[in-house]
Amino acid sequence: MEYYLNLAVKAIFVENIALAFFLGMCSFLAVSKRVSTAIGLGLAVIFVLTVTVPLNNLVYVYALKPGALAWVSPALATKDLSFLGFLTFIGTIAALTQIVEMMLDRFAPALYAALGIFLPLIAVNCAILGASLWMMERNYNLAESAVFGFGSGVGWALAIVALAGIRERLRYSNPPEGLRGLGLTFIIVGLMAIGFMAFAGVQL
Amino acid sequence: MSKSREALIDPLFNNNPIALQVLGICSALAVTTKMDTALVMSAAVIFVLLFSNLFISVLRNQIPTSIRIIVQLVIIASLVIVVDEVLKAYLFDISKQLSVFVGLIITNCIIMGRAEAYAMQNPPGMSMIDGLGNGLGYGVILAGTAVLRELFGSGSLFSVQLLPLVSEGGWYTPNGLMVLSPGAFFIIGFFIWGIRTWKPEQVEQD
Repeated sequence: MEYYLNLAVKAIFVENIALAFFLGMCSFLAVSKRVSTAIGLGLAVIFVLTVTVPLNNLVYVYALKPGALAWVSPALATKDLSFLGFLTFIGTIAALTQIVEMMLDRFAPALYAALGIFLPLIAVNCAILGASLWMMERNYNLAESAVFGFGSGVGWALAIVALAGIRERLRYSNPPEGLRGLGLTFIIVGLMAIGFMAFAGVQL
Repeated sequence: MSKSREALIDPLFNNNPIALQVLGICSALAVTTKMDTALVMSAAVIFVLLFSNLFISVLRNQIPTSIRIIVQLVIIASLVIVVDEVLKAYLFDISKQLSVFVGLIITNCIIMGRAEAYAMQNPPGMSMIDGLGNGLGYGVILAGTAVLRELFGSGSLFSVQLLPLVSEGGWYTPNGLMVLSPGAFFIIGFFIWGIRTWKPEQVEQD
């Protein structure tokens, strides 16, 4: 139990997927103008990450890993399909976001309306694919990848909501002309990354 | 001729994918601690962008609009697999250092963005030029960031030691911030400031 808690804390704070690994930057910078939309996108990312990382883990372990097809027939035990990883992962993610969208539309219309256009956009958010690729690279098992997916999602959501809060205040300041908008946002994200570096080495 | 020249030159500074269109930032920050990884990454992105624009543009009248995102993703992912296998075969060290970021070219918004915004409406030749231009615009920012980060962060360029380090008896104390993630954010922020001071029409109004 402690091990999983530690893994989650590491994914949320120490190795924050947005601030330490620069994943999901496009939507991180583009959708962080208002706190309310940032919260919506953050929730959607948590949800999709928590589901796709374990799912891709299953796909990887039972279909792609070297020797993974041995359960189909012993003749396939030497096959290594891991080069197809990119294609299958992105396929799983695109299909899953589509399913999630339809399910939410049918069973939770209020949440669906709140998340709006962010759900389809998530399919091309690099944080989602990135987390799956880290899972493959670090050889997580099913439980670990579920915790890692959830933790990464929470970390990303935390970072985007914090950034949106700062940017809302920033509207009342008067920075130099050329720095307005994107330039200043980058520098603020840099300062936030320094802040998150304070968590380095935190262990439970 | 002037139109194709414009498609090639424009994305370098006037309509830079990173500095103005806010596309493809993830990898721009992550692979720029060293010159060689940055250049290999730029080359990989230029290759994928060139051919994804070409293939999508050739197929643009056949792709049904309702499933175009999936079709584009499949084309892009296949190209990235080719790049990944080639890197693993010929540049294994660099491919290890780039780790997941080669795979993340698939979700690099520059590629999807140019496919959607340009290749779906324009003929193949022009689309390739647009792909090359945007790839170079991406490469310019990557190379610029990597020069600063490697030179000041570890005193070297292309792993050749230019500034002798204090730890090895020289005079240069490396600036550790440059190698860490915040350094990358600051440098790109200042780059954007520089470009927008030079070309004031890019300043955002809000």
